[in-house]
Amino acid sequence: MRITQGCFSFLPDLTDTQITAQVEYCLSRGWAVGIEYTDDPHPRNTYWSMFGHPMFDLKDAKGVMMELDECRKAHPDHYIRLNAFDSTRGWETVMMSFIVNRPKIEPELDMTRTDIKGRSQRYSWKPVSR
Amino acid sequence: MSETAAQANTVVTHVNLAEEFENSGVAEILTELDRELVGLKPVKQRIREIAALLIVERARKSMGLAHDTPTLHMSFTGNPGTGKTTVALKMAGLLHRLGYVRKGHLVSVTRDDLVGQYIGHTAPKTKDVLKRALGGVLFIDEAYYLYRPDNERDYGQEAIEILLQVMENNRDDLVVILAGYADRMDKFFTSNPGFRSRIAHHIDFPDYEDGELLSIAGNMLGSQNYMFDDAAAKAFAEYITMRRSQPHFANARSIRNALDRARLRQANRLFESATGPVDAKALSTISEVDIRKSRVFSGGLDDPMGPGRPRS
Repeated sequence: MRITQGCFSFLPDLTDTQITAQVEYCLSRGWAVGIEYTDDPHPRNTYWSMFGHPMFDLKDAKGVMMELDECRKAHPDHYIRLNAFDSTRGWETVMMSFIVNRPKIEPELDMTRTDIKGRSQRYSWKPVSR
Repeated sequence: MSETAAQANTVVTHVNLAEEFENSGVAEILTELDRELVGLKPVKQRIREIAALLIVERARKSMGLAHDTPTLHMSFTGNPGTGKTTVALKMAGLLHRLGYVRKGHLVSVTRDDLVGQYIGHTAPKTKDVLKRALGGVLFIDEAYYLYRPDNERDYGQEAIEILLQVMENNRDDLVVILAGYADRMDKFFTSNPGFRSRIAHHIDFPDYEDGELLSIAGNMLGSQNYMFDDAAAKAFAEYITMRRSQPHFANARSIRNALDRARLRQANRLFESATGPVDAKALSTISEVDIRKSRVFSGGLDDPMGPGRPRS
């Protein structure tokens, strides 16, 4: 099941040229780009593992693309996303985040219902690879 | 993408090189170089040649002739204070106008920025610097410190290897300029033949002549709204001749320091001698006494740390 989170996730996967253009935009706004990866697509899994440090003071998208290539080489079958962080005082937050790599076969999310007190039910999701 | 396609379709048959030269903004940078930098004739000549090569390459590309991205890594050798950093900055602008680097910024680093302190620290540090420099010019000052032959476990070698790799693989993305004193750079290149072969342009910065240093001094003062009176100019010319023969002479940098000290003395003199209000002319004129008081004239070394510091 194709997971959708962050920007552009309802579009077809971005090509490297498109990713470069997006990174170029991030850098033009003075944001620092960081690379993160994970194998767990659960929507509640917000803290992905960082690949290297966030890249401050970059002028050209090529630096990010080099790092991304390395990350893809190291984790070809993982989700990889780029986060653009704005360090301006008052913002200090991620301004943009998008997925740039997916596993060949994406795991599915299995929903389970549990009956609890009264007629209430609890829902939970668990990724399962099929 | 569409631009290259359009270029392939329209067959360009004639290129006006002079026009290309004007339009690319290169002419502007070169005249700026001539105007702002005194002397340095061989350097300017070399830069003009490189600019010509790049313009011709670009013209060839527009006509669809075989072209190869020329290797543009350079080494600047010369004594301290001969303008290596300043020229590197201009070089970045020049390459940017010609479209050989995408952003045209200059990242200036030394050994400390590239080499780590413990195992595994160097590679990320060097890569970080390289990533910042991509799309621009990486200027490595005193590059020979990267290689320490006396310590075979030195991490400098690791930085050198990463540098060489990126210089080869990412020729389109960044230009590396190594700078340092001529003799030590030569030694550095002999022990690292990989560097020598990857650097196409070795540019030597000559020392300034006395007359050139005097006009540099004039320019420096002019930009700070100061000036010499006639006697002071004469005294400063003498100062330059004497200072040159003393140790630690660093060309334009020595001149800047000497001027800073002259301004200090001028301020003191104004304080001690002024009886009434002083006018703008008095405030901006450096006179002979301000120069003559320098220790250089009494035969001693002008203290680089300024007066009042014990000399070792």
